[in-house]
Amino acid sequence: MHPVRKQRLLIVLALVVLSSIAIGLLVFALRENINLFYPPAKFSTGEVPRDVRLRAGGCVQPGSVSRDENSLQVTFDLVDPSGRLTVSYEGILPDLFAEGEAAVVNGIWREDNIFYADQVLAKHDENYMPPEVAEAMNNGEKHQATCDEAKYDS
Amino acid sequence: MAWQWFHKLGSPRWFYEKTSRWLTWFAPLSVALLLVGLTWGLAFAPVDAKQGNSYRIIYIHMPAAVLSLAGYYLMAIAGGIGLIWKMKLPFMVMQSAAYVGAALTALTLITGSLWGYPTWGTFWEWDARNIFMLILLFLYLSIIMLGRVYPVREAADKACAILALVGTVNVPIIYKSVDWWYSLHQPASIKLTGSSSIHPSMLYPLLLCIVAYYCFYTLSLILYTRQEILAREARTKWVSELVNTQSSHTKD
Repeated sequence: MHPVRKQRLLIVLALVVLSSIAIGLLVFALRENINLFYPPAKFSTGEVPRDVRLRAGGCVQPGSVSRDENSLQVTFDLVDPSGRLTVSYEGILPDLFAEGEAAVVNGIWREDNIFYADQVLAKHDENYMPPEVAEAMNNGEKHQATCDEAKYDS
Repeated sequence: MAWQWFHKLGSPRWFYEKTSRWLTWFAPLSVALLLVGLTWGLAFAPVDAKQGNSYRIIYIHMPAAVLSLAGYYLMAIAGGIGLIWKMKLPFMVMQSAAYVGAALTALTLITGSLWGYPTWGTFWEWDARNIFMLILLFLYLSIIMLGRVYPVREAADKACAILALVGTVNVPIIYKSVDWWYSLHQPASIKLTGSSSIHPSMLYPLLLCIVAYYCFYTLSLILYTRQEILAREARTKWVSELVNTQSSHTKD
């Protein structure tokens, strides 16, 4: 290879490596801000500020969803392996919201330890299968909701 | 010497004449693959147990996302080759890749938001992957615009190539964003190591769609580059000869 081209090759490589390091450090420094939501564990340890708008995300604890009979009021618990957060919401839930599935809520954590959400988003998983297969995997029983495989920080 | 073949590759005229012959069979092939893949995915693949029919947009969304990332590398590498060897063709490929890549990134963002509404419950969320994908679109658009504002072609090409190279760090960030941060976007379903979490009856049409998108990307890139070659080489002898033979054909 011609020495001039070799030199230009080194300059191009240095450009890519140095700019990658610079942007990599920037993103690393901002890593806490890039997280979309706080997991329940952070609420349990008190690392989350109260009375400010933020997002929480976790697995909807099976059996924890309770709906008010006369309104759209609903409460449920978001859990992860080391935390729990009670959420109160009034409104229409997305179609994919279900017990045992992950959800992200947008709202305010008050002093009474309840998260008052004004938006609920369903986080669907990366599993895709036809209904027959899903049924066969549960031995024909009704879909058994679990939070066992819920991982948010893999 | 050993590098002669490489310099021959850098000749716009050689590229134009070679691709003229390839296009006769490659264009129908890639269009056919795309039609078969999309029809299979959109009409014949089974519905998803949880998402129902709305998951089908994955057959348009996911391959477009793959190609917008792979296409970025292609554009940056073409820019790097142009900078190192000072050849004309790589810069033309780089400029064309910016147009095709910008279109694919826009398609990814649009189909993603159409998919997000029925499943997540929102058209847009400031999720890490969404943000970095939007930055990718802005990178592509900046390269297109940067290529147009410079009055001198060589300066424009150099500036575009440097911007393209600096932006490469965004691609691994997008790819790993769902693993690095708490995110609304689901993790990858197709895994190179280990078993994929998508059922084979849905996976095969998806893989076919990815192959079809790769072919269609190559086709679009070739067509764009040919147009770029004619525009930039308009004053050369071979292009004027080409125009003369073409116009005499149409007169007959």
